[in-house]
Formats: sequence, C-alpha cells, structure tokens
Amino acid sequence: MNSKRETGRGSRTLFSGLKYLCILCTVVSVAALVAVVFYILKNGIGKLSWQLLFGEYTGSAVSIFPAFIGTLRLIVIAVLIAVPVGIFSAVYLVEYMNNKGKLVKVIRIAAETLAGIPSIVYGLFGYLIFVRTFQWGYSLLGGGITLAIMILPVIIRSTEESLLAVPDGFREGSLALGAGKVRTIFRIVLPSAASGIVTAVILAVGRIISESAVLILTLGMVVNLIPSSVLSPGTSLALDIYYFASHGYPDEAAATSVVLLLMVILLNLLATGLGKLIKRRQGE
Amino acid sequence: MKSIYGFVHVREKLMRGLFLACALFSVVALATITVFLLANGLPFIAEIGLGEFFGTRWAPLSDTPAYGILSMLVASLYVTALSVLIGVGIGLLTAICLYKFCPRWLVSPIRQMVNLLSGIPSVIFGLFGMTVIVPFIRDYISPSGVGYGILSSALVLGIMILPTIVSVSLDAMQAVPGSYFEGALALGSTREQATFRVMLPAAKSGILAGVVLAVGRAIGETMAVIMVVGNSPEMPVSLFQSVRTLTANIALGATEMKGDPERALIATGVVLFVFTLLLNTSFSLLKRDKTEKDDRKSRRKGKNSTPVAPAKPGSAKEAQS
Amino acid sequence: MNISVRNCNLWYGDFQALKNINMDISNREVTAFIGPSGCGKSTFLKILNRMNDLVDGCRITGSFHIGGVDIFDKSTDVNLLRKKVGMVFQKPNPFPMSIYDNIAFAPRTFGVRKKAELDRIVEDSLRRASIWDEVKDRLKKSALGMSGGQQQRLCIARALAANPDILLMDEPTSALDPISTGKIEALMSELKQELTIVIVTHNMQQATRIADKTAFFYLGELIEYDTTEKLFSCPTDRRTENYITGRFG
Repeated sequence: MNSKRETGRGSRTLFSGLKYLCILCTVVSVAALVAVVFYILKNGIGKLSWQLLFGEYTGSAVSIFPAFIGTLRLIVIAVLIAVPVGIFSAVYLVEYMNNKGKLVKVIRIAAETLAGIPSIVYGLFGYLIFVRTFQWGYSLLGGGITLAIMILPVIIRSTEESLLAVPDGFREGSLALGAGKVRTIFRIVLPSAASGIVTAVILAVGRIISESAVLILTLGMVVNLIPSSVLSPGTSLALDIYYFASHGYPDEAAATSVVLLLMVILLNLLATGLGKLIKRRQGE
Repeated sequence: MKSIYGFVHVREKLMRGLFLACALFSVVALATITVFLLANGLPFIAEIGLGEFFGTRWAPLSDTPAYGILSMLVASLYVTALSVLIGVGIGLLTAICLYKFCPRWLVSPIRQMVNLLSGIPSVIFGLFGMTVIVPFIRDYISPSGVGYGILSSALVLGIMILPTIVSVSLDAMQAVPGSYFEGALALGSTREQATFRVMLPAAKSGILAGVVLAVGRAIGETMAVIMVVGNSPEMPVSLFQSVRTLTANIALGATEMKGDPERALIATGVVLFVFTLLLNTSFSLLKRDKTEKDDRKSRRKGKNSTPVAPAKPGSAKEAQS
Repeated sequence: MNISVRNCNLWYGDFQALKNINMDISNREVTAFIGPSGCGKSTFLKILNRMNDLVDGCRITGSFHIGGVDIFDKSTDVNLLRKKVGMVFQKPNPFPMSIYDNIAFAPRTFGVRKKAELDRIVEDSLRRASIWDEVKDRLKKSALGMSGGQQQRLCIARALAANPDILLMDEPTSALDPISTGKIEALMSELKQELTIVIVTHNMQQATRIADKTAFFYLGELIEYDTTEKLFSCPTDRRTENYITGRFG
C-alpha cells in the first residue's frame, strides 16, 4: 500500500518535470522563430533602397525589379491554371461524385501524391518537359505551369472542404426552384463556399512566391533582365535571395528577404481578412 | 411541360464533361511526372548498374566518371533524421504545453504566430542559417572549425518544420474528446498525468501523421539545405563536415550538366521520388487504418438503430448530391 | 392542377419505403399528410417534384400525373416540373444572399432579366407571402439576418416567385415558434385560393386547422385518405384511430 503510493508520487514528479520541459520547449520554439524574423528584419530593413527595389540592374548596382516582374507573372500564370482546374476538380468530386466511388479514390490518391512530391522533383520535371522536350528553354511559362501543378492539390483539398461545408439545404432549395445543377453550382454553392476558396487561393499565392527550388531548374535565374514575354527566362524574389546570398551580396539578400517576408505575412493577413469579409457580406 | 430550354441540357452535359476533365488533370499530371522521371532515370541506372549507382564516389565530370549517390543518400537520411528529431521533439512538447500548461490568453496569439511563421519561405531559413547558425557553429561548437554540415542543416530544418509540427499535433490533441481528460482527473490523476498518459496516446495517430509530413518536408527541402550543408559529395562521418544531400545534388548540377551527368541527376530525382512515394503510401495507410477503425466503431453503434435508419434516407443523402 | 398517383412503389436499395399508393389530390385545396416518423409521407411528397431523383439507389414504379402530364415521362423537363411544383422545406433555407436576390433567383433562372419586371415579381411574391411590409426597407440586406419565421415565409415567397401551381410543404413549421406557425397557417389558407397545397405535418392539430383533406400514412402504406373532418371524427381504420388518439407515434 505504502509503496504503491510512493510509485504514484514518483510518476507525479516525473510528469511535473515533463511539464517544465514542455514549457522550456515552448520558450525555445517561440524564441527561435522570433529570432529568425527579428534577425531578417534587423539586418535587412536598413539595406532597403530605391535602387534595390525599383532601380535598373547594372554591373555596379543590383536591383530586384526584374524579380518583381517575374514573380508577378509567375503568380498570374500559376493562378490562371491552378485555380479553375482545382475548383472544378473539387466540384466534380463533391457535387457530382458525392465523394464516393473508384474514380474519386483514384483522383484523391493522385492529388495526395502530388502534394507529397518535393519541389525539387517538380523542378526536375519542369526542366525535362519544358526546357528539354518542348525546347522552350528557361521560361516563365514553364516555371508557372510547374508551380500550378504544385499548388493544385492544395486548392483541390481546400475547395472540397469549403464545398462540403455548404449546407445541403441550399442545394435542395435551388433545385426545388427549378434551377439546373450547373446553375445551382455557380449561383448558390460556389458563392456560399467563396470565403474558404478565396482564403485557399491567397495562401497558394503565398506558396508560389515562397518557392525557389522549382524555379532554379525552370526559370534560369536571370537576375538582371526584365523578362520581355512569358517565354523569356527570368527570376523571382525567392530566387534572388539565393542568388545574392551565394554570389557575395549578403546585404541585398537580407533586404530582399525583408520584402519577401512582408509579402508573405501580408498575404496571410489578407487571406484571413478577406475570408471574414466575404462571410460578413453574406450575413453569416 | 416539354422543355423549351433545351440548351440547359446541353450546358449541363458540357459542364459535367469540363468538371470531369479538370478532375482528371491531377491524375494525368501525376502520370506524366512519373513517366518522364522513370523513362529518363531508370535506363541510366540500368546502364551503369545498381552497384555503381549506389556506390560512394560521385565524380560526373572527371575523366573516369563515377555516379555513386550513396554518400548523398546517407547525408539526406542523416539530415532528415536529425532535423525531425529536433523539430518533432521541440514541436511536440510545445504543442503539449499550448494544449494544457500554458495560460489561456497566450495560446491564441502563439498559435497565430506559429501559423504565420509556417509560411516563411525556406530560402529565408537558408539565409538565416547561412549568416547566423553556420558562423556560430564554426566559431563555438565545431571541433574542426567547419560550420557547414549536417548539424547546421538539421538545426535550420528543425526550426523550419517546427510550425507544422506544432499546428498538426495541437490539432490532433484538440480533437480528442475533453471527457477523456475529465475521466482521468476523476480517477485521481493529476493534470500532468492525464495529459501524458491519456490525451497524448489518444492523439497519437494524428501526431504520427504530422511526423510523416515533417519527414517528407525535411527530405524534400532543397534551398534551405543547399545554403548550409556545404555541398561536398562526401560520405558523412561527422556532424561538422561539408556534405551534400540528394536534393542539393539535383539543384546544383541540373542546369549545367549535359549527357550522362544530367541523366545521373534525373536518376537521383527518381530515388527521391520513390522515397516520397513510399512515405506517402505509409501516410495514407496510417490514415486509412484510422478511418477504418472509426467506421467499424460507428457501424457497431449503428446496429441497434437500423430499424429506424431507413426512415428518411432521402433527406440525408440527396442533400449531398 | 390535379395530382393523380397510381400504384406507387418506392425502394431505397432493398428497403421498400412506399407500398402501392393510390391517391388523387384535388385542385385548390390543402391536403395534409400525417403519420409517425419514417412512414413515408415526406418521401411521397418528394416524388411529386422528383426530388427523389437525386437519391442513390432510389427506385420508383407507378404512374404519376400532374395536370394530366406524366411527370416521369422522358419528354418532361424536371426543372420545369419543379418550377410548377414548388417546395418549402422543414428547415428554412434562404440562400446566403440578399432578400431581393433570394426571391429573384427563380425568375432569373427562367430568363427574366429586366429590372422592372424582377422588381414587380419580387414585390408581388413578398406580398403574397405577407412579408412585404416587414422587409420592404431592407431588400438588399442578407436574408440570413432574419428570424426563423421570417426566413420560412421568405422561402415561401421565393417558391411563389417561380409562379407554381402546386406548393409542397415538408413540415414547414416544425422548426418555428407558435406565433410564426400561426402566421404561416394563415398564409396557407389564403394561398389555397390560387394554388394546390400539400403539406406534411407531425402536428395533428395543424392538420385539423388548415387541411381540407388528410391522408394517414403508416409503414409505407396509405392507410386512410378522406376529408379532414371525417378522418378525425370517424376514422374507418383501427390504426388511424390509434394514431389520432395518441396511442402511438
């Protein structure tokens, strides 16, 4: 009896100890993450300059303006492909197949597998198909399409979740008024799911601007020229950071990191904000 | 009541076809990726033989070229294992703390911050590693005076996967019914005992899924690693030695090499691809296992109520269509 | 429009939910379906605008005519059928858009684009559902901000905007408070001047208050169908009597 109680007390001390370890870990992880952000901001903000942001790239002074243009074009290309394809895939899975059946399983496994492929492998694929097979050379279009395939699973998954959250009463109500399935989907179901879909798309844009491994193999990392067309080679902000860091421009790398970091954070805030705004406008 | 809106039917059919085509896009994309990689990579491995391909010497540009990726494979595994150990260790304990031991008002801000930070581009982590962690290790820790290497990479990746681990584990634990906790307290457990002995095991499949996710991210990460690992294709023998991972190998060489060296890189990609496929499969098996268990449970529960169940199958099912 | 159903059988997979039902429902009357849960009354109601088409594994046999037209005929357009046969659901389901857009949804579906005409239809439908005075100042506001009773009347107005000949109501008041219920019952008595109403209800008092005819369903069979007065005062079947006197259900 006595010894039993002793054991209990021993285990209690053990677990209390673990509790303090947990608290220590929390402090460590929060500190580590804050340190990364703080360090980047501290080192980079002072190095921001008009020349770096919007100047012309010359032998003596570098600029990330070409990267702005490149990043913007990549976003447009990837979003134009991945968003409609992703949303329509989810519509097919949820609204037509009821999320059941062999075909749905196959599509789901394919999307999950795509989601797990490392970005460098996407890059290799993009290189093989666009640079080599299609003979486009390094190009924004090739990079953008590769990125589109990469973000597709994310968009499918979150659209599916948003569609499943739409009350069935809305669908029944619309069908019972004589609206066809397509009209029900476009006028009732998709607008009701809009807040979730918009959030997902913005987060996907965040992934596009963060990505660099795909682009190193498909975009060419041409940092000094403003791309003239979608078939030109180019660079992106994330690629510029790598280029600057590995080619002896540490200050410029830090400054570009600040820009990229702020853009990512802004996109995150925008995603939640816009999602909430849409919900409010629908009166929920 | 005959339709005067015949076009509606045509539109319905057309759109359905379009939706289906989009849904098949993922399958086609995956198939294309697989075919392209395998068709370009496997013949090369077959040509030089498995023994040579998994050899230790990587010297594609020398006069006697060798295409052994073993050292990089080992380096990848080392870096991944160590970073997951760091990331999961700290991340899981952080999640537990946020779950039960942290003041309520702190949980939501920390959580939001962690979510925000999970979006930081990996190249920024790479830059941080290159300018902070590598010099620190070189000056204070490394016995050999080399800062680049496995330890630096593992630290950078560990920090990078932290947010993911914290979010996923916290979600998994919050999905455990609170009644378990109360039940354990009612049996005389302390809060700590209840958390570690009851809640943690109950959330283990969700946490495991998070770990698999983290392994996938760590092994597939390129940019953060390439900036801190040193990139010498040598067999790792120490934590403080310049090595090269599979991902770095591809990124460094693919744009500059032609011919056999290029095919060797594609073959490297195949190895990485197969690795992630295996990881994915184990992940979905893990998930399937869980849902099947849940299904079985609910079916058993459903048995008693079957006589009433068909009462209104209409409203429940048609709604989903 | 008259509804005429002959030899109706319906299965969900192996389970037969409706057994050989024959029924005629006459024009401009309120017909109530009563019976314990799971007796098939809602299922039967949903056949009339073919909402059961959407259910997996649902199989229907028999002949169904509305206004003399076979509703399962190949040439019948199910969307036009649903326009003619409106439906109001148990739980109010206004769409997450403005009140105006909710009402205008059906006319727009069927090609009305002119603003003036839409305005007229919206006002007219809201007036017919006696909710115009409550919402006329906030037509552009979200319909989800209304109370449950208002939402249900909005759904009735939305169905009326499609200009139906028949209105199906699936326990329209079961989710509402007594005052809202009273308003909707009053509305039904008005509406039956111009259209046929079929209502499923759990509430026998409601059936006696509003229905001209009542049908009692039990375990997928139509047990008794007569004028409301007769069915409640001298039922011919023991099961009906047991049900209306509250011995089960």
